Amino acid sequence: MKNMIERFFDSLDDTLIITVRNLRRYLRLPQLVFFSSIQPIMFLLLFNYVFGGALGGSTHVPGGKYIDYLLPGILIQVVMFGGVQTGIGLAEDMGKGIIDRFKSLPMSRLAVVAGRTLSDTLRNVVVTIIMITVGIIIGFRFQTGSIHALYMILIALLFGFSLSWLFALIGMTVKDSETAQLASFLMIFPLTFASAAFVPIATMPSWLQAFSRNQPVTFAVDATRHFAIGVPDGGAVWKLLIWIVAILIVLIPLSIRQYKKRSV
Amino acid sequence: MSYSFEIKNLIKKYGETTVLDGVSMHAEEGTVFGLLGPNGAGKTTIVKILSTILDFNSGSVKVNGIDVKNDPKQVRKNIGLGGQFSAVDEYLTGYENIFMVGRLYGLSRSVAKQRTEELLSGFKLTDVMHKQVKTYSGGMRRKLDLGASLIGRPKILFLDEPTTGLDIGTRLDLWNIIKDLVKSGTSILLTTQYLEEADELADKIAVVNKGKVIAEGTSQQLKSSLGGDIVEFQLQNISDKDKTFNAVSKFAKTKIDFDEDSLMLRVPVATGSKGLMSIVQALNENKLTVSELSLHRPSLDDVFLSLTGAKAPDEKPANRNRRKK
Repeated sequence: MKNMIERFFDSLDDTLIITVRNLRRYLRLPQLVFFSSIQPIMFLLLFNYVFGGALGGSTHVPGGKYIDYLLPGILIQVVMFGGVQTGIGLAEDMGKGIIDRFKSLPMSRLAVVAGRTLSDTLRNVVVTIIMITVGIIIGFRFQTGSIHALYMILIALLFGFSLSWLFALIGMTVKDSETAQLASFLMIFPLTFASAAFVPIATMPSWLQAFSRNQPVTFAVDATRHFAIGVPDGGAVWKLLIWIVAILIVLIPLSIRQYKKRSV
Repeated sequence: MSYSFEIKNLIKKYGETTVLDGVSMHAEEGTVFGLLGPNGAGKTTIVKILSTILDFNSGSVKVNGIDVKNDPKQVRKNIGLGGQFSAVDEYLTGYENIFMVGRLYGLSRSVAKQRTEELLSGFKLTDVMHKQVKTYSGGMRRKLDLGASLIGRPKILFLDEPTTGLDIGTRLDLWNIIKDLVKSGTSILLTTQYLEEADELADKIAVVNKGKVIAEGTSQQLKSSLGGDIVEFQLQNISDKDKTFNAVSKFAKTKIDFDEDSLMLRVPVATGSKGLMSIVQALNENKLTVSELSLHRPSLDDVFLSLTGAKAPDEKPANRNRRKK
């Protein structure tokens, strides 16, 4: 037991060391940080002003104002995009000599991947704050209390964290970072667009509704929307938490296996 | 005496391709073992297996007496890895790179800090230690990489082509660093494409080609098995060929190589200067005139000519920057 606790703290130490390394890299690549922060703002503005007119007055949209409906959806998309960075970053690392060094060190086999998912989650915190600030400027308001606002942010970040393990696995499986990016977006687009993120599911054809109602991105959007504007969640919060736990239970061991297997 | 590493019947395959085909070798503690061979010979694969990065199909591999399959974590505590690919992070500073590796070795913050400063000043990198590595020259990166591999005070150091692509001054610097390490008791496995480098540094050399060890021994043993040095000269006329062969063949340790187009004759001799004198004398006695007479030390090409009958695969240094699969 003592040995296990010791190993846990060693792993945590190593993970934090790698997290610091990744964050340092981000800070020294200001262009990357700039463009990845601009992207969600652009989505928010485009969707709000392009679809807002058509959908804002529609009875399908609970809460009336489209921006209140839209922002939680965009938030989920943003944390997913943040997760894609995990795959890209790992694919880049895997192609370089530094991964050989990490593998030859007496460090945790979990640390390189966990450090990456953790640093991308921290980056997501920054992007989330920027996006909500811009949202408030163009009219978004939390219809609930500040504790609910915090829940919304936390659950979105947690969802992004769990998905970044999926993108990590993709990043370590494909050959290079370009492929990692393409493969990840190929997953993101159907999941976000065929969800409750941007438009009400009731407006979709019935065959698509069956998928859209039961996939994790919809639960994530429903959960954040519940916390943001107080609409009933219909069990989405619990379903989302179960999805998050399930994703982590399956993907953490798979990612570690792939990390050990992969050698450049 | 115990071994710094010991490999028996190692076989490694990538799919259908066999990259290591029954490799066996060992090195005594505190010595430098040189692994010599062309690109694609399997040198890097051997280093990766020894440093627990790569799995293998069969055979046994021990580092410091510890089996790499049974207890890789214990092996990792005793080794350092450095080499041509400069496994350092470009966006971190030199200091941050070494400090990070020290922390990942399990050193405490204060010890890691102290060792990092020591290593950086030992390698004369103190001036640039707070600059990002992307601003470093190739030689500086290589030194930093070596520094990172030394922070855990490894008992055995694996250096994969540590001087490939470096200018001669930096190469000599690194040679001196390596010599100092051996003096302080570190065992080293060094891979290289340069015979000269193995000759200068290694106590024992194994020549690998196409996944097999084709020769093993001290530098002296290898050279004498190669027929030592080579006396080379050009005939004036093709008609002199038979007469020349008759005159000099008794000094040749192995087969004389003759190129019909250039009229160049290459005679492997046991000891260079003595062989050269004897051949000159024999040519004089037979009134044969030759040009471009010279004495050659064996090069990697000669090693391969002699051991395999084929030229070493020609690789331009520019291609070496790409990572090997």
